[in-house]
Amino acid sequence: MNIDRRSFLKLTALGLLALAAKPALDLISKPSAARALDGPVAAKRMAMAIDLKACTAGNGCVACIDACHRVHNVPDIGNRKEEIKWLWEAAYKQAFPDQENKFATVPLQDRRMLVLCNHCDNPPCVKVCPTQATWRRDDGIVMMDYHRCIGCRYCMAACPYGSRSFNWRDPRPYIKVIDDGYPTRTKGVVEKCNFCEERVADGLQPACVEACSSGALTFGDLRSGSEVRRLISSGFNLRRKAELGTSPQVYYLL
Amino acid sequence: MIENIFRGGKKYWLLISGLLLLIAAGLAAYIQQWNIGLAVTGLSRDISWGLYIANFTFFVGVAASAVMLIIPYYLHNGKEFCRIMILGEFMAVAACLVAITFILVDLGQPARVFNIILYPSPGSIIFWDVVVLTVYLLLNIVLGWVALDAEYKEVEPPTWLKPIAIISIVWAISIHTVTAFIYAGLAARIFWLTALLAPRFLASAFASGPALLILLALAMKKWGNFDPGDQSLDKVAKIVTYAIIITVFFLLLEVFTVFYSQVPDAMAHFQYLLFGLDNHYGLVPWMWTSILLAFAAIIMLVTPSSRKNHVTLALACAAVFISIWIDKGLGLIIPGFIPNPMGEMTEYMPTMIEILITMGVWAMGGLLLTLLYKVVMGVRQGRR
Repeated sequence: MNIDRRSFLKLTALGLLALAAKPALDLISKPSAARALDGPVAAKRMAMAIDLKACTAGNGCVACIDACHRVHNVPDIGNRKEEIKWLWEAAYKQAFPDQENKFATVPLQDRRMLVLCNHCDNPPCVKVCPTQATWRRDDGIVMMDYHRCIGCRYCMAACPYGSRSFNWRDPRPYIKVIDDGYPTRTKGVVEKCNFCEERVADGLQPACVEACSSGALTFGDLRSGSEVRRLISSGFNLRRKAELGTSPQVYYLL
Repeated sequence: MIENIFRGGKKYWLLISGLLLLIAAGLAAYIQQWNIGLAVTGLSRDISWGLYIANFTFFVGVAASAVMLIIPYYLHNGKEFCRIMILGEFMAVAACLVAITFILVDLGQPARVFNIILYPSPGSIIFWDVVVLTVYLLLNIVLGWVALDAEYKEVEPPTWLKPIAIISIVWAISIHTVTAFIYAGLAARIFWLTALLAPRFLASAFASGPALLILLALAMKKWGNFDPGDQSLDKVAKIVTYAIIITVFFLLLEVFTVFYSQVPDAMAHFQYLLFGLDNHYGLVPWMWTSILLAFAAIIMLVTPSSRKNHVTLALACAAVFISIWIDKGLGLIIPGFIPNPMGEMTEYMPTMIEILITMGVWAMGGLLLTLLYKVVMGVRQGRR
C-alpha cells in the first residue's frame, strides 16, 4: 500500500476521533434510567423498603449493622475520621435534612434510622467515576470494583448521601474476624453497600434483612407482585433527597 | 540551549540546592504516605479532598493564565509581550506539571492511574481534565521551546507556530472550564453547584498567573540580568488589575445570591467560610486574610503611581497571588464538604506530612521553572 506521511497522519487522527466519538455517542444516546422507572417496571429492579414503624434502630438494636459489617469484612478503625460504614444509624434530620415538619408531634422526628447506599437509578457516583470502577448493573445494584478503583474519591464528593467510605489505610488489621465469603479491601480504594449482590446471586436475602428480627427490612424486585413493591405501593413513603433527581431505591415506609 | 542549566553562579546553585532539598523532604513524606496510605493526611470520610486538590485547582489556573500573554501578542500584535511570552509559556508548563502531580499524590492507588486511559469514561469530568491538561502541557512545551529555539538561531519562529498558539488560547480556557466542571456539576455539593464557577475560576486564574509572572520577572531583573521592559510589565499589571477586580466582583455575586435568597443549605457553607458555623471557625481567618489582601492589591494596582513602582507592584502581585491561593484553594474546596451532606460538621486540618508533600510538589515546579528560565536567560545573554 502506498501511503505518504501526511495521509498516514490524517488517517490516524481520523481513527482516533472515531474511537473517541463512539463512547461519547453511547453516552448521549443512553435512555435515562430514571425516566424509564416512572411507569411500570419492566425489567428486574432491586430495591429496599425500611418500615420505620417496625424498625428498632436507635433503641439499641444494631443487628442488621453488625451482620452487614461482619459478612463484608468492614473494619472498625476506631476513629470518626477514617470510619468505614456501609449501613449505619442517623438522626431523622440528618437522613432527611429537607423535611421540616414543624410542630408535628410525630415521634419519627426524634428517631434515629438506618441509612445506606440508595442504589440510585441515576447514580451521580457512577457518572463521575473516571475508570468505571463503580457502575450500575441492569438490576439497579450500584457495584464497586475494588481492583479498578484508583482512589480519586470523586464519587465521595458526588454522593449526596455520604454513603461512600474510603480506606485511608490498610483495613485488614482492623477486621476482628475475616469472613471468607467476601474479599477484604486494600488501602486507597472506596467502598459502600452493595445490596449484598454476592448473596443475592446465591438466592439469599441481604445480610441485614436476614438479621432483622422485627421484619422492618424488605428487599426484592420492584416489578409488580413482589412483596417490596406491595409494601411501597400500600402507603406513604419517603426517599432521601429524591428532589436531586437521583431516584434513590431505598424507601422509608411511614 | 539546554547546556545553560549547568552554567550558573553561586546564587543559582544555592537556589537549585534549596529546591532539591525541599523536593527530597517532600519525597520522604510521600514515601510515608505511599506506605501507610492517605491516613497520614488530615483528610477524612467527610472531607475527602483537601490541600492537594486545592493546590491542583489553583495551579490549573496558573497554567491557563499564559493565555493572557499569548492573546495580546498573537492576536493584537502586542510586540512588547515578545520578551516575556516565553516566560509565560514555560510557567504554564511548570504549573501544568504541578497540577498533574497534585492529582497523583491525592490518589489512593497511584499505581493504577493509567486506568483512566485504559477505561476511558467520557461521562467523567476527571477523564476530560486529564485529556485537556495533557494536551495543554504539550502545546506549551512546543510553543515555548520552538520560539526559544528560533531566538537561539536568530531566525523568525516558524509560521506553523501561530496556529498552535491560537489553539492554545482555546485550550487554556478549556482546561480551567473543565476543572471548574469537576465541581460545578455535582448536585450533592450545593456550594459548588453554580454556573459562575468556571468564569470565577478563569477570572482568578488571569489574576494569579500574571501576578506570579510579574513577581518572577522582577526577581529575574533584580538577580538575573534580565529586563522584561517596564512597558510590558505595566501591560501585564493592568491585566492583573482587571482580573482581580472581576474576581472579587464574582465572589460578591455568589455572596449576594446565597445570603439574599437565604436557602439554608446554600447559606451554611458560606457561613462556615466567612463567619463560622456551629462554633467551627477553621477557615474564617484565612478567608478574611484573602479578602483583605485582594482589596489592598486592588488599591495598589488601580493607583498608577504604585502600579508603576516596582516595589509596590511586587507587593500588590504577592497579595494577589496569596489571596487567590487561599480563595480558590482552601476557600473553595474545603467548605464544599462542610457541613457534610447529612448536615454534620467536621473540620479539616492538614498534617505536617501533607504540608511537606505539598511543598515538595511546589519545589518540583520551582525547579523546573528555574531550569527553563535559566535556558531562556542563557539564550538571550549568548545573543548579546
